[in-house]
Amino acid sequence: MEQAEAASSSRKLALPVWRPGLKTKRYLFIYSCLLIPLLFFVIVRVLPILYSFHVSFRQWDLLSQTKPFVGLSNYAAIFQDEVFVQTIWNTLIYVVAGVPGQLAAGLAVALLLQRIVRFRSFFRTIYFIPYITSVVAVSWVFRWILMKNGVANGLLLELGFSAQPFLYSPSQAVYWIIIAVIWQNIGFQMLVFLAGLENIPRLYYDAASIDGAGRWRKFIHITLPLLNPVLLFSVVIASIGFLQTFTQVLNMTGGGPLNSTNSIVLYIYNRAFKSFEMGQASAATVVLFLLILTLTILQLKVLNRKVEH
Amino acid sequence: MSKPVQPGLSFKGKTGVPGDRYAITLISYILLALGLVFMVFPFLWMIATSLKSPQEIYSLSLIPSAPAWDNYSALFSGTAFGKWIVNSFIVAVLTTISVCFFDTVIGYVLAKFNFHGKKIIYLLILSTLMVPTEMLIIPWFLYAANLGWVDTYWGVMFPGIISAFGIFLMKQFMESVPSDLLDAARIDGMGEWGILVRIVVPLVRSAVATLCILSFLGSWNAFIWPLIVTQTEEMFTIPVGMAFFSSEAKDSSNWVQIMTGAAVSVLPLIIVFLFFQKQIVRGIATTGMK
Repeated sequence: MEQAEAASSSRKLALPVWRPGLKTKRYLFIYSCLLIPLLFFVIVRVLPILYSFHVSFRQWDLLSQTKPFVGLSNYAAIFQDEVFVQTIWNTLIYVVAGVPGQLAAGLAVALLLQRIVRFRSFFRTIYFIPYITSVVAVSWVFRWILMKNGVANGLLLELGFSAQPFLYSPSQAVYWIIIAVIWQNIGFQMLVFLAGLENIPRLYYDAASIDGAGRWRKFIHITLPLLNPVLLFSVVIASIGFLQTFTQVLNMTGGGPLNSTNSIVLYIYNRAFKSFEMGQASAATVVLFLLILTLTILQLKVLNRKVEH
Repeated sequence: MSKPVQPGLSFKGKTGVPGDRYAITLISYILLALGLVFMVFPFLWMIATSLKSPQEIYSLSLIPSAPAWDNYSALFSGTAFGKWIVNSFIVAVLTTISVCFFDTVIGYVLAKFNFHGKKIIYLLILSTLMVPTEMLIIPWFLYAANLGWVDTYWGVMFPGIISAFGIFLMKQFMESVPSDLLDAARIDGMGEWGILVRIVVPLVRSAVATLCILSFLGSWNAFIWPLIVTQTEEMFTIPVGMAFFSSEAKDSSNWVQIMTGAAVSVLPLIIVFLFFQKQIVRGIATTGMK
C-alpha cells in the first residue's frame, strides 16, 4: 500500500527516474536493518530450543568428549528421581496458590485506588516500588525478617503469640516464598488492572445504578466481565512467572527444608551447574517448556470461552 | 420512571447516600494505608539493620541508637561490592545502548515499511517471548563455554543485546508516526537513515526513553544468567555478588553486612525510579495492555 502511495506521489511530481533507485535503496535499508537482528533471534533464541531437545536425548556431562545418544533415558532418570517429582508438585503449589493470590491482591489495590482522589499517585508509587527492586536483595531482606530470632517473630512474641518457624518449616516455607513473590509483583498487577478499569465506561455503572444494582452486583456483572481480557492476560503472565520461580527459592531457602520449596527451575540449575548433568537438566527444561505450553493453551481456551458470554 | 429526571437520577446513582460514600472512602484509605505499611516495612527494616551495630541487630527498634554509617564503608572495603557495581553498570549501560539502537531500528522498519516476509519475521520475534529463559540457559552456557565467553562482559550481555519486548513496544509507538511526513522527507531527498535519526527518533523520544529505563532496570536486576556465566568474584554483577556473599555468611553478625549490601543495591534504583516514574509506568501499561 505504501509503495502504491509512493508511486502515485512520484507520478504526480513527474519524476519517474527516481522510482527504481528509491525502491532499491529502500529494500537495501530494510534488509540491512533486519540482518543482524534476524541472525540474533535465530542463533540466540530459536536454535537453543532445538539444541535443548538435542542435549536432552544424550548423556552429556561437560568433561567427557563423547556425548552418546541415550534415547529417553534422561527423561526416565528424572522422573524416577523423587526430588524432581516433588519439584513438579511444589511448582504446582506456586502456581495454584500464587496466581490467585497475586491477582486478588493486585485487583484489591487497584479497586481501592479507584475510590480515592487524594494521595492516589502517592499510594500508586509506593505500591509499585518493590517491582523495580532487585529480587535477590529483597529475598535476603525477607529471609532476615523471617529468621528464627528475626523481627517477625519478635513482633509475634511481643503481641503474645507463639513464635513461628516460617522458612524453617516444611509446611509453611513455600507459602512465605509465595508471599515474597506477590509482595514484589503487586505493583505490576495493580498497574495492569488500573489500566483495565479505566477502560470500562462509567456509563455502564450509571445505568446499573438506575436499575438499582448494588456495589457487589455491579462488580460481578460489570467489572469482572469487562475486565476479562485483562484478567486473561494476567493469569497467563502470572502463571508463567510462578512456573519459573527460582531466585526467591535459591536465596530464601535454597530449596529446603526437605526440598519443600524446591522448584523445577532450581532443580534444573542444580542438575546442570552443580552436578554438570546437562542431559538430565535439558530433559527437565523440556518438561518445563511443555508444562508452560500446555497450561497457557489451556488457560487461553478456558478463559476465552467466558468472554463470548 | 425514566423521564426527564435522568441527570438527577444518574447523580444519585453515582454518589449514593453521602454518608455511605464517605464511609467507603475512609475505609479505602485505611486499607491502603495498612497495605502501605506492609509494602514499606521490609525497606525500612533493611535500612534500619544496615545502620545498626552488630550488638543491637536483634533489637526490635526501627531507629538505631547511634547510626553506624561506617557499615557502608566496611561493605566496600570488606567485599568486592565496588567492583560488582562497576560490572553491573558496564553491562547495564552497554546492554541499554544496544537494545535501544536495535529495537528502535527494527520497530521502525516493522511499523513503517511493507516488504516480503514482514509478518513472518514479526511473528518469529514475538514467539520468542513465549519461550522461558530457563530453556535457553543450558545452550547459552554451552555456546559461551565453547567460544570462551564464560566470565566476560560479553558473555553476560550477549543473550540480551536485542529485546523482543522492546521491539514490540517500539513498533506500537512507531505506528503513530505519520507516513506522509516520511514520504515528504523522501521527496526532499533525505536518506533513510537521515529520516530515522532526524525525524522519527525525535518524534518517539519518550518511547525511546521508556525503553532505555526498562532495559537498564532489567539488566541491573538480572540474576539467573549472570549467576551461571560469571565464575570469579571479579566478574560478578551486584545480584550475583549479593547472593554469593550472603550465602557464604553463616555468622549472624554478617546480617548487618547483608542488609547494607541490599540497601546499596536497592536504594539507587528507587531514586532513579522516582525520577523516571512516568516513563516506566507508561511503558509497562503499554506493553502490558496491548
